[in-house]
Amino acid sequence: MTESMTEAAKAKLLRSLLDGQLPDEHGRFGPFGGRFIPETLVPAFERLTEAVRTTLHEASYQAELAAELSDWVGRPTALSPMRNLSRRWGAEIWFKREDLAHTGAHKINNALGQALLAKRIIAETGAGQHGVATAAACARVGLPCVVYMGEVDMARQAPNVGRMRLMGATVVPVTSGDRTLRAAIDEAFRDWVTDPEGTFYCLGSALGPHPYPYLVRELQSIIGREARAQMLAKAGALPDCVIACVGGGSNAIGTFHAFLGDPSVKIIGVEAGGRGPGLGDNAATLTTGRPGVLHGTYTLLLQDADGQIQETHSVSAGLDYPGVGPEHAMLREIGRVQYIMAGDDETLEAVKECATHEGLLPAIESAHALVGARDWARQNPGTRILVGMSGRGDKDMPTLQTTLLANDGVLS
Amino acid sequence: MSQSPAQRLTQSIRDARDTRPALVSFLTAGYPSREHFRADLATVAEHSDVVEIGVPFTDPMADGVTIQRSSMGALAHGVTLHWIIDELAAMPPVKAPLVLMSYMNPLLAYGLDKLAADAARVGVCGFIVPDMPLEEAGNFEVALRANGVALVRMVTPVTPPARLKHLCDGAEGFIYAVTMTGTTGKNVTGADDALTAVGSYLDAVRKQAAIPVCAGFGIRGAAQVKVLDPHCDGVIVGSALVETLERGESVAALLDGLRGGTA
Repeated sequence: MTESMTEAAKAKLLRSLLDGQLPDEHGRFGPFGGRFIPETLVPAFERLTEAVRTTLHEASYQAELAAELSDWVGRPTALSPMRNLSRRWGAEIWFKREDLAHTGAHKINNALGQALLAKRIIAETGAGQHGVATAAACARVGLPCVVYMGEVDMARQAPNVGRMRLMGATVVPVTSGDRTLRAAIDEAFRDWVTDPEGTFYCLGSALGPHPYPYLVRELQSIIGREARAQMLAKAGALPDCVIACVGGGSNAIGTFHAFLGDPSVKIIGVEAGGRGPGLGDNAATLTTGRPGVLHGTYTLLLQDADGQIQETHSVSAGLDYPGVGPEHAMLREIGRVQYIMAGDDETLEAVKECATHEGLLPAIESAHALVGARDWARQNPGTRILVGMSGRGDKDMPTLQTTLLANDGVLS
Repeated sequence: MSQSPAQRLTQSIRDARDTRPALVSFLTAGYPSREHFRADLATVAEHSDVVEIGVPFTDPMADGVTIQRSSMGALAHGVTLHWIIDELAAMPPVKAPLVLMSYMNPLLAYGLDKLAADAARVGVCGFIVPDMPLEEAGNFEVALRANGVALVRMVTPVTPPARLKHLCDGAEGFIYAVTMTGTTGKNVTGADDALTAVGSYLDAVRKQAAIPVCAGFGIRGAAQVKVLDPHCDGVIVGSALVETLERGESVAALLDGLRGGTA
């Protein structure tokens, strides 16, 4: 299929996307997307799709969301020139500071938007950033909240588990499957299928069955819209390159969307390269995956020849997922976005470099984008690079204690 | 024989229904033992009217703990869809018609057109795909129809009346009526009014369906079958059978008990 799409077909898909025609009425982004769900959930998805269609762009909903994003989340987040990294890398580096958003990452944009749509929330969480954002949004909106989290992730993201509990959420440890994000999504679906009428599933990334990829993209696109306007105001020009990390892909799709129609802007997504290119050693779905269906959507997956989903590895919990949002699969297919990998070790080095030289501790997820930005800067000296700084790294202290701080005398 | 595989499936349930609800029994392929799969399948088929063979998948999102465990166990034994097709091809035909239950991704990896032809060749009469609603069924349903194999449609207690009619129209084999919201392996018994509600839901499904209606999810014992008997054409038992196989207990005793016989 990858080989069979003509240049004309690719151009047509990009035009449809820019015209707001995608996803189509079947929830498809070209060949990707759709809605592969148990029959029990079909009525709930029809209700959700209808609610999204009638409410998402409605004036009173948009006004309430805008007020909360401003007064409670702290938007617009800053666009920061990174003077020291710019000097070190020989390019003009800017960060879009989602790490400054309330609860410490871009996840709050989506969680708040969905909470305003919902009556009761079921959330799954990998890094815990989405769980914390959902717990906070539910507390703010006045909804009970249940969060499913793999017990492996609970251990490596312990501070976030405590934060969620303090904000009144019930955190359910997931002990099935691989005990990470993917198993948490399986369990959240099982909860939903048990009470499809009384539950709202607050899906944390731009993946899953239609309309989630669309809903999450719409709620996260504020990142790129703000960044594009701020860039024009502060730098007087568009960036030459926009770079963000990709796990499920919500921060990246939110950052990229406003720039897709700017042909001069190179767009790069950076996936978790983990320990290396072998199956099971990384979470680089877009660079090494094949198409299939997982969690209700047809997209690129890390799977074996028999269609069994593979375990993934990444030092960052938030990128440790064997699938990716279907819109990214299409953007890769049509060549509008280039997807590359950053490995565990070079990413941890980037965490250290950014913290040491800019006084900013990035989330390990976001630091993958820094690796891509550094490499692109070195190949394209003097260019202007916008990096999606999707979250702050405080939550990663347990991992950093056993990695950077364990074997680096400078920082300890 | 002029009967298509899908018609054979329907007929087997109707033949049983003349005296009692048909029994559709589920086992996961190659679990608890890969070596004994053919023997297990033959025994289950001997005491059932339809056998549903589970294709293991890493992310069985509609299943409860028992079938999650059996899927992981089968995968650990190296069970694949290719292996299942090869096993069925190599063993003597069993007494009851066979249905394959699989999530979408293993089917896609196999190739839908090739699978429809291979499955028909080894005696598979139908498929059940829990994460493939009608809207996404197009290509696969076409491929199966070309081989006379049924794509069994599921309906649930929360399916609205208009959709129920839509699902029943043109359905083949039998209708899989999910008795309750939730995953497999729970227990459908509870308050009497809950069972009454299941009964009237099944009656409504039967009114729409031109083919037999089988009730599944949460059926574990003869007492439940007795309550459901007036409202359905067959019952589907899964987790209870998998647990019986795991414990090494008598499959015949469980299944004959569910069929209202001795045990």
